[in-house]
Amino acid sequence: MTEPNDKSRRGFLGAAAVGAAGLGVAAIAPGLHLIEVSQASAPGKGASSKVRWGMLIDTTKCASDCNACVNACNSENGINEVLKDPRQGSQWIRKIDLKDSKSGITHSLPMMCQHCEHPPCVDVCPTHASMKRADGIVLVDRHTCIGCRYCMLACPYKARSFVHMTLTEQNPEVPRGQGCVESCTFCVHRVDKGQIPACVEACANAEHNAMLFGDLNDPNSAIAQRIAEVKTTQVRADLKLNVGVRYQGI
Amino acid sequence: MMIQQQTKTVDGAFYFALAVGGLISAIGVAAALYMEIMGHQVSGMNNQIFWGLPHVFGIFLIVAASGVLNVASIGSVFGKKAYKPRAPLSGLLAIVLLAAGLAIIMLDLGRADRVLIAATHVNLTSVFGWNMILYPVFFGLVGLYVWTLMDRSKNQYSKAVGTAAFIWRLVMTTGTGSIFGFIVARQAYQSAILAPMFIILSFAWGLAIFLIVQEIMYARSKMELHPQLRARMKNLLGVFIGAAMYFVAVYHLTNVYYAKQIEFTHFILVSGGIFPLLFWGGFVLLGSVVPLLLLYAPGFSANKGSVTAASYLTVAGGLCLLFVFIIGGQAYPMDMFPGMQVTSSFFDGKIDSYTPSLPEILLSVGGFAIAFTMTLVGVRVLRFMPQDDVAKLQSAGYLHD
Repeated sequence: MTEPNDKSRRGFLGAAAVGAAGLGVAAIAPGLHLIEVSQASAPGKGASSKVRWGMLIDTTKCASDCNACVNACNSENGINEVLKDPRQGSQWIRKIDLKDSKSGITHSLPMMCQHCEHPPCVDVCPTHASMKRADGIVLVDRHTCIGCRYCMLACPYKARSFVHMTLTEQNPEVPRGQGCVESCTFCVHRVDKGQIPACVEACANAEHNAMLFGDLNDPNSAIAQRIAEVKTTQVRADLKLNVGVRYQGI
Repeated sequence: MMIQQQTKTVDGAFYFALAVGGLISAIGVAAALYMEIMGHQVSGMNNQIFWGLPHVFGIFLIVAASGVLNVASIGSVFGKKAYKPRAPLSGLLAIVLLAAGLAIIMLDLGRADRVLIAATHVNLTSVFGWNMILYPVFFGLVGLYVWTLMDRSKNQYSKAVGTAAFIWRLVMTTGTGSIFGFIVARQAYQSAILAPMFIILSFAWGLAIFLIVQEIMYARSKMELHPQLRARMKNLLGVFIGAAMYFVAVYHLTNVYYAKQIEFTHFILVSGGIFPLLFWGGFVLLGSVVPLLLLYAPGFSANKGSVTAASYLTVAGGLCLLFVFIIGGQAYPMDMFPGMQVTSSFFDGKIDSYTPSLPEILLSVGGFAIAFTMTLVGVRVLRFMPQDDVAKLQSAGYLHD
């Protein structure tokens, strides 16, 4: 008996969310169709391999003095610890400034886990704690990570951090833990609810719109269409990892 | 004469050594617990150099564990009679060094309390995952091997088990080299030569440790190693040191050949401060050239002290080499954007520095103390002392100048 109630409750919430998000297309049935629109997996269901989440970063729009994405990430994921040695602090996303040695041209861009199709961190993890979801999001299982840091050696993007101290005041949706390795999750807890990652939202709120998130597999998605139109770059493309994060303008 | 018999003596020195070894081991474990509770913020490691001194010492012991078994293999597998009396001690040291090396690595884990997960969730695409198979089988095979050597009724199986252990140790050290050999991300690693290089390094480091332990045991038992036996073994050590230098040279030369690796190689061999200093001064000069002089220069070579000194220097040189290889390999920034100057809040593009903290030093030294203490107990309770029938070896032509 509880199932229909659950469905109707979900339907109501879904419909409300659709309306609130301004996506209220009359033809969309409550609940079920919200999920289809967002490409998120249904509650209780696993991630779908039909989806490949990805991000496109337009470095021509990324301002060197803007840290909105980094601040949003830290706030969303409860990264607030302060260490005496700043090299020991976790950074899931960071701003990198580039200067071409010959031309002097500069770029600024956010760097985070590139959510590779063939992630070296997953290959080398001895306990399967580093894993790739069916929808391409690379995560660390905090229950099976033993803190060997082999994934940090293997990651070509310096995207992983090791938690060097006891943590307090964590976000319940984003468990972290001393002695474990961690990295950008594409805000999987938000994505599974049909939302976009916090960094992307913050970039838009700062009116830079340098970050675009979506389904690379969906030819109708904004990200897939943009990637089809403009020249994009994979960092360390020589490794042929087929990353989920693409850069435009470098 | 001909069998030098070990005489059992009850002396205070044994219990004193046991107490000192046990104490240093306990301090090492306590240091690891401190890091476990406080987090690695009390270490000198960070998010760029995350494998520190414990990995240098731990990997050294694991590599040496494989190499020290060579002494037994030369006797059992290759039939050299001068080495056969040394096979049990060689097997004991192989087990002890591997256990001590693993103890350091495991105690340095971020979640050492979860170490069993490594055995219950094995990922076979991971070289660390392979180790979950390689190490236990090594323990089992070498344990069985020592049994067939020490139990006369099982002697007939020693060649077969010894051969299996010999092959397995080659596989195991191939695995250790492959920990780095498969790392595509970093300039320092991703080289097929690392697996054979680690095997050759294991030959030199393992034999050096064996010679040190053997000399200490003989000295404590007031026995004298036959000079011709010492001469044989020191010649072998010299060959291994030379071969290790060759492989390390080829590793660096191949890096120089690849244009993209030149800057890294320049850093590690020329401009990188402590790293070139430890490479040239530690590994090449003190750890290789001086030992070779001590082993071969007229006036030194027949001397017991010079062989022992050469062995200690080989060990020290090995630790220097691993420090340069492991720490230096991480200190140099990854080249994500070729041709660009890179800066970030996460120290991208910057050469990192590393100073081991006291807990790391205590854990690392504690690992050596664990090996020392286990060896001390092992040679005390069982008959591991190599005892030679010199006359028989002489008449059979196994001793020669």
